[in-house]
Amino acid sequence: MNSAVSLSDVTAGYEGNPVFTRLSLEIPFGQFAGIVGPTGCGKTTLLKTILGMQSVFSGNVLLDGHPAGVARRSIVGYVPQLGSIDWTFPVTVEEVIMMGLYTSKRIWPWSSKEERERVHDLAHRLGIYECLHHHIVNTSGGQRQRAFLARALINNPKLLVLDEPTSGVDIKTQHEVLHLLGDINSEGVTILLTTHDLNAVASHLPWVICFNNGIVAQGRPRDIFTNEILTRTYGGDIVIVRHEGYFLIANSTPLHAMVNQP
Amino acid sequence: MEFLLEPLAYEFFRHGLLAALLVGSLCGVIGVYVILRSMSYVGHGLSHAAFGGAVVGFTLNLNFYAGAGAMGLLAALLINRITRNGRIKPDAAIGIVTTAMFALGVAIISQVRTFSQSFEAALFGNILGITGEDLLIIGLVTISTMTAIFLMYRPLLFSTFDNEAAQVFGIRTEAVQLIFSCLLTLSIIASMNVVGVTMIAATLITPAATARILTDSFSRMLIYSLIIGGITGITGIYLSYIFNAASGATIVLFGASLFCLALFARLIRRKLTMHTHLHRHGNLIHSHLHDHLHGHKHDAEDHKHTSNGAKDN
Repeated sequence: MNSAVSLSDVTAGYEGNPVFTRLSLEIPFGQFAGIVGPTGCGKTTLLKTILGMQSVFSGNVLLDGHPAGVARRSIVGYVPQLGSIDWTFPVTVEEVIMMGLYTSKRIWPWSSKEERERVHDLAHRLGIYECLHHHIVNTSGGQRQRAFLARALINNPKLLVLDEPTSGVDIKTQHEVLHLLGDINSEGVTILLTTHDLNAVASHLPWVICFNNGIVAQGRPRDIFTNEILTRTYGGDIVIVRHEGYFLIANSTPLHAMVNQP
Repeated sequence: MEFLLEPLAYEFFRHGLLAALLVGSLCGVIGVYVILRSMSYVGHGLSHAAFGGAVVGFTLNLNFYAGAGAMGLLAALLINRITRNGRIKPDAAIGIVTTAMFALGVAIISQVRTFSQSFEAALFGNILGITGEDLLIIGLVTISTMTAIFLMYRPLLFSTFDNEAAQVFGIRTEAVQLIFSCLLTLSIIASMNVVGVTMIAATLITPAATARILTDSFSRMLIYSLIIGGITGITGIYLSYIFNAASGATIVLFGASLFCLALFARLIRRKLTMHTHLHRHGNLIHSHLHDHLHGHKHDAEDHKHTSNGAKDN
């Protein structure tokens, strides 16, 4: 059986400079995996490579057994970093979700009854039906994240890829988003996301890939969130507190020491 | 009423009026995408490149539109090519390519001073200069551009709002960008004799910016901008006739007046719809202004009305 994502000996980067070399990665269907690593470690390049949007110098990138650039349209749902969105853009939540259907062959600008029904059903399911006609700037962080999630889910993708879905939202919204993703995963959708939030990953995700210009380690959070692996991933001392099955991960350098650094 | 009908007796005015209506509506629609795609400077630059092309075409005994069109499209392609790898930013590429093409036109005019007068209309707009051929070109460009925008509504909106996601979803964003650049170039060339190179950027941007103030819906913004652009074109031509001023200047000034009016109306509307509430969060009570234009709702338990204008605590 094909994997959802299969990278074999992939070297990718920009203008001849590789960000990672000879990387191999398999993500089976049904997985709910998070990629963690420091800023600038190549997480976004890895995501773009998986999506077939990055120059690959060598190796193969397959989605469900087909070249990524060809297959992504039919099997991938994508949620970008919301920090890159212009919130003053004149669109409503309904219009944002509807964009997921804009790759269909329909040429009329207006939406069909069937398209509206699909959008409304999904909005109901994700709990944003009430704000469908709100301008996006007038919605909360959680509603925005759900609107973009709905746009990604509208075509019933097999693989959902999210770039930093937990950044820029409060801890309650973060928790809600990850729970919602867990529910979507339990319905059979493979999920791959990047995040900086190790604690959220530790408590919600079953599989983690520690990344720093290459895969440092991958496995269940409880197995790979060790001082040694996280130090290799982040290049600094990381403290892990374990209590009754829960994790708390923090930088071990005291704040006053960081402030006093030259 | 007579002062509105009197100028219609002249053929040049009827030509100018129809051209301004078409150009105003065309720029209104294209302008929505120009401002939302942050391409205002592109519009400004392409008009200057097209002017250089018109001058070069004139020296080679080519048609005005052939020279302007060729240089404008060449500029659009060059800008796309130079900025493709991200090393050179679009504003730098536009500055280099379009200013160099404009400079070429200026250099030729300064060498052959005898035809400098012929390009005054292209620089500042002149309703006397609208010929039957101009009307035909403007009509064809308006119909073809509006049709293309209609057919490309969905990919154009998606790529304008979220280019990266649009690409992942399967939209060929580079092709969309290239087609839009060509439509923009054609629109600018068609508008040159009516509003002039120096005023085209404002003609593109002002109706769309005014429409943006009036609505938060993209489809309504397109329709409002089309109507505002058309009204601005017609009124600007009448003002040009009445005050014997360059049509480009009167169109832009009237468009700017509508923008100020819309801004003022929005401020008044906001003022009228603002309310201050007292909020209670546990033992903490505070107040701040709410805008009821955007669906703010009251929680009966936690809110109490106070008078307008109270300051935040």
